[in-house]
Amino acid sequence: MKDLFAVVMLLGIYSLLSASFFVAMDAVDVAFTEAAVGAGISTLLMLVVITITGRSEKTTRHKPLLALLVVVFTGSMLIYGTFDMPYFGIADAPIHSHVAPRYIQESMKEVGIPNIVTSVLASYRAFDTFGEVVVIFTAGIGVMALLSVGRRPEENEKTTAIDDSMHEQYLVIRIVTKMLIPFILLYALYVQFHGDFGPGGGFQAGVIFAAAIILYTMLFGLTTARKVINQSFIQFIAAAGVLLYGCVGIVSMLNGANFFDYNALASDPVAGQHLGILLIEWGVGCTVASVMIMIFFNFAERREMQQNNEKINNIEGDSL
Amino acid sequence: MFIAATFAIFVAMFLAIIRGITGPTLYDRILAVNMFGTKTVLLISLLGFVMGRPEFLDIAIVYALINFISVIGVLRYSDTNKLKHMPSDEKSLDKEL
Amino acid sequence: MDMILNISGALCLLVGSFLCISGGVGLLRFPDFYTRMHAVGVTDTLGAGMILIGLMFYSPDFLIFSKLVIILLLTLLIGPTTSHVLAKAAMQNNLKPKLQQEDNIKETSSSNY
Repeated sequence: MKDLFAVVMLLGIYSLLSASFFVAMDAVDVAFTEAAVGAGISTLLMLVVITITGRSEKTTRHKPLLALLVVVFTGSMLIYGTFDMPYFGIADAPIHSHVAPRYIQESMKEVGIPNIVTSVLASYRAFDTFGEVVVIFTAGIGVMALLSVGRRPEENEKTTAIDDSMHEQYLVIRIVTKMLIPFILLYALYVQFHGDFGPGGGFQAGVIFAAAIILYTMLFGLTTARKVINQSFIQFIAAAGVLLYGCVGIVSMLNGANFFDYNALASDPVAGQHLGILLIEWGVGCTVASVMIMIFFNFAERREMQQNNEKINNIEGDSL
Repeated sequence: MFIAATFAIFVAMFLAIIRGITGPTLYDRILAVNMFGTKTVLLISLLGFVMGRPEFLDIAIVYALINFISVIGVLRYSDTNKLKHMPSDEKSLDKEL
Repeated sequence: MDMILNISGALCLLVGSFLCISGGVGLLRFPDFYTRMHAVGVTDTLGAGMILIGLMFYSPDFLIFSKLVIILLLTLLIGPTTSHVLAKAAMQNNLKPKLQQEDNIKETSSSNY
């Protein structure tokens, strides 16, 4: 299939489908993340990239037989490997005998949060999660370094006129979006704070929040969205999120415990855990949301610049 | 009863996938993705009731929102010049008509 | 009382399932984009509504009921909007509906895209 647009569509379908698998296998938090990240943000980012680079795949001269062979071989080895796997949900599988019993039996006593996934993610494995957040932050910096256009030249009249004419056709959808955006933002906050009790947490909340802003940007134009959220503010928030996360670890060290040992944050260990998890979820949410918005803004800015240049060239060519 | 409804939604999803793969024009594919998304919302809410854990409804809400946002994104970015004028699309359309 | 709730819920689910399947068949069988969109747009909104209302009859407590109401409101708001935007975008990009007359078909096939 050479049509990249169709590939992105099918990828969106696949993402929705795989999230249904996760729901069917009781991995609610994973399904949540897949829904928000896989089906939502990554589809949007890929679409923007396609509009910049072009829709059809570059044709290759030779047939990639060797690659096919390697893929078939690796795939068959992987399938062969699955025969040794324990059955789904079997009780004495290795994964259930190592640390899982401790999480299941002790986490309520030690962390005091009903959702075990959150307590593992944010408390037992806080250092891993810190790594993930730093990775996201680094990705944002990378995109910014490679793609950011720099200070835009003053908006000349031609480009703003093009902007206005482009947005007149979206009347109905703009009104519906205006109705929906507050709800989406509120829902993102609900996901952020409800992560202790049900599926959710900082990652998902950040992505949903970013999705709302991206929706606004798509329909009202980049310049309007930049007036609401400017670049330096997002950069500040992205860094502040990582900093907040790290500071929680430092403070727990200063109080005489290990890095990310939340027990030392308050006089009561369980209260300390609550406080620590709340703070680091905030850090994660801020960083993820602002990095996603930053990446999208940079892509969209590139695209808009390219398009405006083309249009201005066309107009000038016509007038000549 | 829930299981029967779940099965019906599976059938509808399958039909949507076929249209998504074969669909001659871009808009057929978008339509298929949109329908697939709404069916996934229903499937997840039904699965919550089938498995006795209705907290899955949170995910269904996220799905409804994300589906809307991605369809809007697709439509917003489909009307640029780079995406129109596809020679292969024209051919397949000719075949279909 | 339980009996009535169960039966009405089952009825709603049945109608919703039927609408979903018929929407899928319509998506696959109808001749061109606009008719397909008609099939999906009508049955998606109504079918999703019926299934969600059917689930509301079974909901054990108020929290779940209210979440179902939220999903229903979202589908009622989102479904028709996406259909509208999709049709509008297709129309603006010169995707002509397939019409009855023979000469018209030839004309549209050359002017598509």
